[in-house]
Amino acid sequence: MTLDGTTFLAIVLMGLVTYLTRIAGLVIARRFRLDGRARAALDALPVSVLAAVIAPTLLTSSVAESLAGVVTIFAAFRLPLLGTVVVGVVAVVVLRLALGFSR
Amino acid sequence: MPAMVAGMPFATLCGALAIAKGLSPAEVFAMSLLVFAGGAQFAAIEIWSFPVPVFALVVSTLLINSRHVLMGVSLRPKLHALSGSQRVLGCFTLADENWALAERRATVRPISPTYFLVMGIVFWANWVLWSLVGALLGPVLGDPRRFGADFAFTAIFIGLIVSLRTGRRTGAVIVASALTAALVRVLIGSPWHVLSGALAGFLATAVLRVDQPESR
Repeated sequence: MTLDGTTFLAIVLMGLVTYLTRIAGLVIARRFRLDGRARAALDALPVSVLAAVIAPTLLTSSVAESLAGVVTIFAAFRLPLLGTVVVGVVAVVVLRLALGFSR
Repeated sequence: MPAMVAGMPFATLCGALAIAKGLSPAEVFAMSLLVFAGGAQFAAIEIWSFPVPVFALVVSTLLINSRHVLMGVSLRPKLHALSGSQRVLGCFTLADENWALAERRATVRPISPTYFLVMGIVFWANWVLWSLVGALLGPVLGDPRRFGADFAFTAIFIGLIVSLRTGRRTGAVIVASALTAALVRVLIGSPWHVLSGALAGFLATAVLRVDQPESR
């Protein structure tokens, strides 16, 4: 059970900025009306960050991950989150076995 | 509560993946306790390396959690039964699931302070507990790659992206972000792909003039 200094600093700062995002909406709702582009840009941010995080795994690691990604995207349109994850995990295990476990 | 049961495997996985990345159970506990945001924590663990990229972690967390701002804006008018300090404390546990439940509740009856605060604490405790379980069980279970568990995280993100999409233009934002991120990852390296991808997605939004986004 250890707490590294830099790691802990990162965690505290992550917690801090997260709390800011939680309180900011309540404050903004009282003072401003978010509309048009400001709202659209905020709306698009989570999606583009999520896409940026997983893109290298899907596009540059191996064929198994890319194909499993396609399967998972289809699943995501039809299943709840948990079902999507099960389909994705099974797909990647099967494809890695079929195509050889390489990276 | 089904939403909580659904959260258990994600929290457990989050803890196990963090251990595989070299964090300690105490650090996993601290992160779940202080951050309590699944998507941001998964993303942080994915880009976690040593030396710790503090700046990239904080910016990535801020960007992913920026959706809380919108959730707060939409929920604020429905929280008039809460006192100022109850809102300031209660919003610490604001997250996707309990926000969605609160919005649904507000369509039927007013949100009481007890409902909002208790629900938040229950979801929070649930997340902290199961991520710690994952952190402690992770080393026993071994390499997450053996069960494809490393891909579960990618699948979670795909599911979240699909559920967060607001229209056809979202597709262009995702493509811009994903291609930029993959390219930067290959040419420059982690964790800069997250910031450049997010920026590309942001620019795509601006260029496409998304005038009438659906409200969330």
